[in-house]
Amino acid sequence: MSSTELNQNATEQYQLLLAAIARHRNDRGALIPILHEAQEIFGYLPLEVQRTISEELNIPLAEIFGVVSFYSQFSIYPKGKYRINVCMGTACYVKGSGDILDKFKERLSIDIGECTEDGRYSLDACRCIGACGLAPVVTVNDEVFGKLNADDVDGIIDRFEKLEDIK
Amino acid sequence: MSKTISEIHEIRAKKQKDLLIRTDPSAVPTKEGGRMHILVCGGTGCTSSNSLKIMEELEILIRTSGMQDDIKIVKTGCFGLCAKGPIVMLYPDHIMYTLVQPEDVNEIFDSHVKNGIPVKRLLAGEQKDGEITNALDSLDFFSRQMRIALRNCGAINPEDIDEYIARDGYLALEKVLTEMEPEDVIDEIKASGLRGRGGGGFPTGVKWNFAAAQQEHEKYVCCNADEGDPGAFMDRSVLEGDPHSVIEAMIIAGYAIGASQGYIYVRAEYPIAVERLDIAIRQAREYGLLGEDILGKGFNFNLELRLGAGAFVCGEETALMTSVEGKRGEPRPRPPFPAVKGLFGKPTILNNVETYANIPVIILGGAQWFSSIGTEKSKGTKVFAIGGKINNTGLVEIPMGTTLREIIFDIGGGIPNGKKFKAAQTGGPSGGCIPASELDTPIDYDSLIALGSMMGSGGLIVMDEDTCMVDLAKFFLEFTVDESCGKCPPCRIGVKRMLEIVTRITEGEGCPEDLELLEILARNIKAGALCGLGQTAPNPVLSTMKYFKDEYLAHVIDKKCPAGVCRSMLKFLIAQDTCKRCGICKKNCPANAISGDKNTPFSIDQDKCIKCGVCMEKCPFKSILKNA
Repeated sequence: MSSTELNQNATEQYQLLLAAIARHRNDRGALIPILHEAQEIFGYLPLEVQRTISEELNIPLAEIFGVVSFYSQFSIYPKGKYRINVCMGTACYVKGSGDILDKFKERLSIDIGECTEDGRYSLDACRCIGACGLAPVVTVNDEVFGKLNADDVDGIIDRFEKLEDIK
Repeated sequence: MSKTISEIHEIRAKKQKDLLIRTDPSAVPTKEGGRMHILVCGGTGCTSSNSLKIMEELEILIRTSGMQDDIKIVKTGCFGLCAKGPIVMLYPDHIMYTLVQPEDVNEIFDSHVKNGIPVKRLLAGEQKDGEITNALDSLDFFSRQMRIALRNCGAINPEDIDEYIARDGYLALEKVLTEMEPEDVIDEIKASGLRGRGGGGFPTGVKWNFAAAQQEHEKYVCCNADEGDPGAFMDRSVLEGDPHSVIEAMIIAGYAIGASQGYIYVRAEYPIAVERLDIAIRQAREYGLLGEDILGKGFNFNLELRLGAGAFVCGEETALMTSVEGKRGEPRPRPPFPAVKGLFGKPTILNNVETYANIPVIILGGAQWFSSIGTEKSKGTKVFAIGGKINNTGLVEIPMGTTLREIIFDIGGGIPNGKKFKAAQTGGPSGGCIPASELDTPIDYDSLIALGSMMGSGGLIVMDEDTCMVDLAKFFLEFTVDESCGKCPPCRIGVKRMLEIVTRITEGEGCPEDLELLEILARNIKAGALCGLGQTAPNPVLSTMKYFKDEYLAHVIDKKCPAGVCRSMLKFLIAQDTCKRCGICKKNCPANAISGDKNTPFSIDQDKCIKCGVCMEKCPFKSILKNA
């Protein structure tokens, strides 16, 4: 992407953000719904986005950062193109999701909450997604992989690597 | 368009005729003989294993064969038998297929749909003498249940309000608005003995009464759908499978306490539930069941969805309300209780999803009927999400007072791979473990507390002999440390110290005094923490220490982990008598810790070994032993 394209993209995103703020601004307790939409638009919540929300809603930036940092679903760092979430709910844990998480760390050489250097993968340990019948469970973006063991990890990554190679 | 009461009655009657095929196939007129309803589970579990693709392919087959007028495909909520998903159910034959894959669709269509011959290899459960009488009812998993809160899950299309209405949906609301005063509603709920299904077990009617007694113009009704206990997914299933039952109950609650606004606080981790709630609220609004002058009876009530953002503490009532207000979801001291001063400082009632799902049934069936189910102090049924080391992972609804043995062995199908039952964990991070010696205790709110656990929201994780109880206690402490909001020191600092001690025990660095220290810390945290999260955080440690003291002692005194889970205490050894000296272990060892060749016996250098277990996994002769 050229820098003009980048700027244009950013302008569009900010317009979407302003529209979201306008939609919610009169609701009581509007901040969290707005943060959800902002994260949907930008993929994460960088400081500039928080500042815009702060100015528009007239809420101090510190308070907004306080809310963002409180909830685990809000991220101030960009996520990878493929967001890997390993479920660490009890049902998954007793069926070995810890080993699966370790295997992802090893294969991608990143820790929980981090993103690979090429921006392709990010890794998170997530709370129970409620698909306990398929334990242990891993999600990549919206796709769910169930009944896994540590040996399946390479296959999952290889699949996405192949997708990227085709592109 | 708003509907009048008689218009709703017409919708009900019309839809009931359509649903006869599912509810009472023998009453379907013979001229409609070719009709069929194919129900496909659209719950989180089954959609995660491709059930939507199955639906799509069925639709294509039916359309290309021109059968779309006779055969209807219905996307339902969760059937409960999640371990066997995706699930497909065919009516009027009342036949359930399990573990269906998209590749199986052609066979089901050609054999069953077109020619009426069921596909035997996909049938749920064992069939006697090749005879298919009634596949569903013959399964213990279903026949032992009593479905009240889950009455519509897996039975209706949750995205079609008419189907809910046909199953007597919004009839309780009509009864309340036309025949009952607010205090009658509260009396009925009180008399039913219904207690909160979210954990604490507080009597629902009493809570409503407190809020109703407040002389305030502005009041709120909230629904706690922030199902945070790992391993519990009943609320998700109710929202996905029967969202209207929660909406109807909240309107009734609003009428009872005098509130005109409600909020449903739902986890953002449940996208399907959020979507179906959204659809259901929109449909209820269109029919005039939400909004101004509901059913022409002059009562106004509105409902809004609020999404959580991944904070376990927001399942606590005061924290949840603070979060709805758009702030950091930190709890605050009680009193004042929410019924006096809750959301936006106004009287508020908060009930969980499963509690609400019971309300319409109580109004229609009556308190007397409801209170005839269950035990003396715990009335009705409870939904349990059974998971972990159990065959029939899924959702079951059983009368209060059922024993753990019935749940785990009769309904849950027992422990896989011939392993032994060790303990069941209820109540998530706030609960405790129940050992094998208590399998025959009838389960209700009070018996679980007496056992040192709690009902919680109904997650029930089964553990076999391969689970280390100290490691499990560590898992829950890690969870609560991670989720502590940090407001009060007993929870923020105390639980962290407990985790440090338990961690050191699992690493072989513990000493006998640590156990005493843990107990002192636990007592003080329980007494001093601000909210339920902190007050119950020590429970997993206390209950495992109570029933599995030996295991703790093995860790601190013998420096051994009997279950072979705690890595630093493990030792991998080669059994020389069965070792064939093939060298596979040596080749696979990432730490070069194994030496030996055809002529020299193989051995593991314990200083180099990183205890990864690869050698044990790869050995074709099972000659590597884990020695705790």
